Amino acid sequence: MDTVALSRLQFALTSMFHWIFVPLTLGLSLLTAYMETRYVRSGDELYLRMTKFWGKLFLVNFALGVVTGITMEFQFGMNWAEYSKYVGDIFGAPLAIEATMAFFLESVFIGVWIFGWNKISKKAHALSIWLVALATNLSALWILLANGWMQKPVGYVLRNGRAEMTDFWALLTNPYGWLKFGHTLSSGYVVAAFFVMGVSAYHLLKKNQTEFFTRSFKIAAVFGLASTILVATIGDFHAVEVAKTQPTKFAAMEALWETQKNVGYNLVIIPDTVKECNTFEGPCVPGLLSYLAFHTADAEIKGLKAFPKEERPPVLPTFWSFRLMVLLGFAMMLLSLLAVIYSKRRTLEAHPLFLTLMLFSIPLPYIAGQLGWVVAEVGRQPWIVYGVLKTSAGVSQSISTVQVYASLLGFTVLYGALGAIDIYLLSKFAKQGPDNDLSALLKQTK
Amino acid sequence: MEFQIIWFILWGVLWAVYFMLDGFVLGTGMLHPYLARNDQDKKILINTVGPVWDGNEVWLLTAGGATFAAFPKTYALMFSYLYTALLLLLFSLIIRGVSIEFRGKINNDGWKKAWDMGIFIGSALPALLLGVAFGNIFSGLPMDAAGYHGSLLQLLNPYGLLTGALFVLLFLTHGSLYVCVKTEGDLCDKSSATAGKLWPALLLVAVAFLVATAFATRLYDNYLTTMPLLVVPLLAVAALIGIKVFLAKGKPLAAFASSCVTIVMVVFTGVIGLFPNLIPSSLDPAHNLTIYNSSSSAYTLRIMTVVALVFVPIVIAYKIWVYRVFRSRVTADTVMKNEQAY
Repeated sequence: MDTVALSRLQFALTSMFHWIFVPLTLGLSLLTAYMETRYVRSGDELYLRMTKFWGKLFLVNFALGVVTGITMEFQFGMNWAEYSKYVGDIFGAPLAIEATMAFFLESVFIGVWIFGWNKISKKAHALSIWLVALATNLSALWILLANGWMQKPVGYVLRNGRAEMTDFWALLTNPYGWLKFGHTLSSGYVVAAFFVMGVSAYHLLKKNQTEFFTRSFKIAAVFGLASTILVATIGDFHAVEVAKTQPTKFAAMEALWETQKNVGYNLVIIPDTVKECNTFEGPCVPGLLSYLAFHTADAEIKGLKAFPKEERPPVLPTFWSFRLMVLLGFAMMLLSLLAVIYSKRRTLEAHPLFLTLMLFSIPLPYIAGQLGWVVAEVGRQPWIVYGVLKTSAGVSQSISTVQVYASLLGFTVLYGALGAIDIYLLSKFAKQGPDNDLSALLKQTK
Repeated sequence: MEFQIIWFILWGVLWAVYFMLDGFVLGTGMLHPYLARNDQDKKILINTVGPVWDGNEVWLLTAGGATFAAFPKTYALMFSYLYTALLLLLFSLIIRGVSIEFRGKINNDGWKKAWDMGIFIGSALPALLLGVAFGNIFSGLPMDAAGYHGSLLQLLNPYGLLTGALFVLLFLTHGSLYVCVKTEGDLCDKSSATAGKLWPALLLVAVAFLVATAFATRLYDNYLTTMPLLVVPLLAVAALIGIKVFLAKGKPLAAFASSCVTIVMVVFTGVIGLFPNLIPSSLDPAHNLTIYNSSSSAYTLRIMTVVALVFVPIVIAYKIWVYRVFRSRVTADTVMKNEQAY
């Protein structure tokens, strides 16, 4: 492999690993903040115990999200120096703003939250976790605006041998970035919802602290249902934006080879990339794909063959990742709906099979999120900035394959160990369940 | 004032603040196996930096982000040229962060010992690497039109290592003074005694650094043309002496303030000497990376200036509030009472 392939592999590995922790942080920070607010308002100690228990799991996960995030900022310069030189004038800004506006807020107030239990008022303490939640969500906004620019470059001009920013407002209001933000953010909420429901299901199956876990489950179920609907709705608009701005990615997502009007949607497709056609298609819903792409049934969609081969993304990973992501999305929507129904009827414990299913569904939104990133990033190839700069032109010129092999090995070993430790700690604390002895804690909180 | 100059100043300030704030975290991390007599002491030491370490590390991320946004060419070349060194820095910072966070999660001797090792290595290595990196930036990197001609081993030249030693000693002293300010009794006594023992070594290395800088770098050129600037290195020396004076008087807080000033002034001394370069070339001055040939467009710099003017004061305000909230000393009692403590 050359430095381009190795650097791509390393970026994929490190960003996908980072993305194991971030989505849970995005959603669980909000849920924890909500629980603590309920405690502050009602004085109900059950909510304090919830805050403590889910907060403990939140912190284990949060730590890895923070440390693996530094890698991302370093790598643009380390492995993608030509890219950074070429687009730094516009791409560097959102990253620097993310650090100033979000990272400080998040890292400072997480410290306040952990260590502030007996130092600040209850309200100020609850406010600190809200600030953490706000900051992580803000951080996601800036990084996704940056990524949105790579997908749909706006507000720049090619000048002095690089892309220079001419319109910050365009960067800030890039619809691609905002749709991506909404879609990604709500997918993080789904991760948190399924995490809380899954862990609660484990304890409900064991008849352990049923009041505590029934209520936790219910909060997560409502949050989960709202979030799965949100992901799908924004995802639909996101796909329209992709069809409009990234025709090659859209064609690959749907394995559409020929340019057609009034395109139907085939529920099952088996693409053949050698013969450049699909070996199986059907059953078909007429006009649906055109409708999904442009929100009108007779719209024309460009097929892959309309583009030179070297400008098409790898079809199979883009296609299969997208299909599977959508399938998982609908499955999770259905599960969340059932979860809300059983919660409302207070019949969760009467459905052990469903609880078991929910326990084993914890990985589903994680997988869907990773697949989503595969669609976004593999589907953008061969471009690093769509239509502006090829990925192969972005790699650092000064690095050698030996260096990148070594760093890739280092990341694999280090991240492998961290992942194992994280899973160990999370499952240990999750199984342990909440602490019943709150007397010490109550003395601390003023 | 030109935007490039504003961002050069901000660049220097970000690095200086980062070293001042993470310096005592790195120092405490390096010293904790030596200062602590038992597990409870270790817990206290780690909890002195517990609420603030993460926020302090963000200054490094911001310094990196600001370099990217304001001087993208410097960011790109610096990070790719120093690939392996930065990779080691990254790994050690990751290990430090995880070690601080996870050490107290399970009450088991083997578990804690492993993370203690992580905290030590994750603190010592960044201090050394950052020093070596800045030493090499001060003296210039071997770069020209064909690219970079250096290697990891070449970074470990005498001047680079001397700067590395300076950073390690600065942070050790800084950390021991911080520990003394933040703890009570034996821990505080032992750490202030440690600072006293470290100080002569620090002075020696600092003097050696100031002398070697005259031979290995061109940092002094700016001072020779603009004499009033000499007040910065003089302040660094005065603050360094101040550490010893305040320690002898039994005023650890003032000694800690002095070490803060020392670190900031040492960084400023180097950065002022670099101007208008960000990274000089050791091969050919025509290939120096300057604030002019590596900066973003005026438009981007203007936007970023507004962002910095709005958000940096806000950050500083809530940081000061946080340091006030956690101003009390960390004792065995406070550490044991909070089960979320590290």
